[in-house]
Amino acid sequence: MKLQQNTRLALYSVLEFAADPTRHISAAEIANKYEVSPHHLAKVLAELARAGIVQSVRGVGGGYRFAANARRLTLADVIAHFEEFTAIEARAPERTPAGRALAAVQAEIDEIAKATMNSITLATMLRMIERERNGAASGETEPPRHG
Amino acid sequence: MQSDAIIVCDESMNTKLRPAGTTHPVARRGARRAPAPALPAAAEPGRVLATIREARRGDLDAVIELDAQATGIEKRDYWRSLFRRYGDTNGAERKFLVALDGSTVVGYIIGEVRDWEFGSPPCGWVFAVNVQPDARLAGTGTRLLQAMCAVFRKAGTRKVRTILARENTLILSFFRSQGMTTGPFIPLEMSLEH
Repeated sequence: MKLQQNTRLALYSVLEFAADPTRHISAAEIANKYEVSPHHLAKVLAELARAGIVQSVRGVGGGYRFAANARRLTLADVIAHFEEFTAIEARAPERTPAGRALAAVQAEIDEIAKATMNSITLATMLRMIERERNGAASGETEPPRHG
Repeated sequence: MQSDAIIVCDESMNTKLRPAGTTHPVARRGARRAPAPALPAAAEPGRVLATIREARRGDLDAVIELDAQATGIEKRDYWRSLFRRYGDTNGAERKFLVALDGSTVVGYIIGEVRDWEFGSPPCGWVFAVNVQPDARLAGTGTRLLQAMCAVFRKAGTRKVRTILARENTLILSFFRSQGMTTGPFIPLEMSLEH
């Protein structure tokens, strides 16, 4: 499954905000960290603000801050604002048996992807990121054992 | 090799084991829909529960009611059977644990180490977990799973697995929040009706 660039940027941004909900973060700071155009990122952040996931902060410093619930918001919730990653309903019915059989296989994959994205909250992603960070710091190739 | 088991998951926080050769509880004659049980109030959200211990026979009524509250079906025979296999035993590799708020059962978990099923080296399997809705968001499910993982580690296994329905987003999210990720298996099925 491949996510569009805007979707990936949205996910990176939301995770940055959710990691510290009290902090105001500027578009420039995130753009610099992920090496993207601030102008491009501004459009993504504007969409996230329209969705109520982040809130723009006026005044000195400005920027955005997290406005959602990291324990409830899922990856699928964010993705849905930028692309339709499960296009099962959008596909035209297949005319041939081979087409219908292949569509069934694709639908199987889409359902698994959808269930995965629907089940991972931002809070869970932040824990996964921390495990990656700890694993990289200790030189481990696998995440630390849970529990 | 152990007999195959069918693990199903309902709309609640339940993943359930149905031993091969048994019928679905709904189809079993005598299964009935339970009236909404009046369970005692549980811990306030955020309050850490005091106790995780092995299930006792006297806990069964509360477990059955928890399950019935979640599924709408009272399965007395089913739970008595599970208790005989997983609760009424000194086995180090299978446990039926309950979570208590004071003396009130507010959650449970059942798990077992299985050897070489589906080609996997000995591994811990969780196949039933439930927490009373009022007792959720207080770490109860986490503590139940951690207690079961401790059982598995003590038994020498280093992996825990479970299977649940794709549509069960709530329980999927719970297990994911505990650090579980997709395993190396793909559940397959086919109809035997034709």
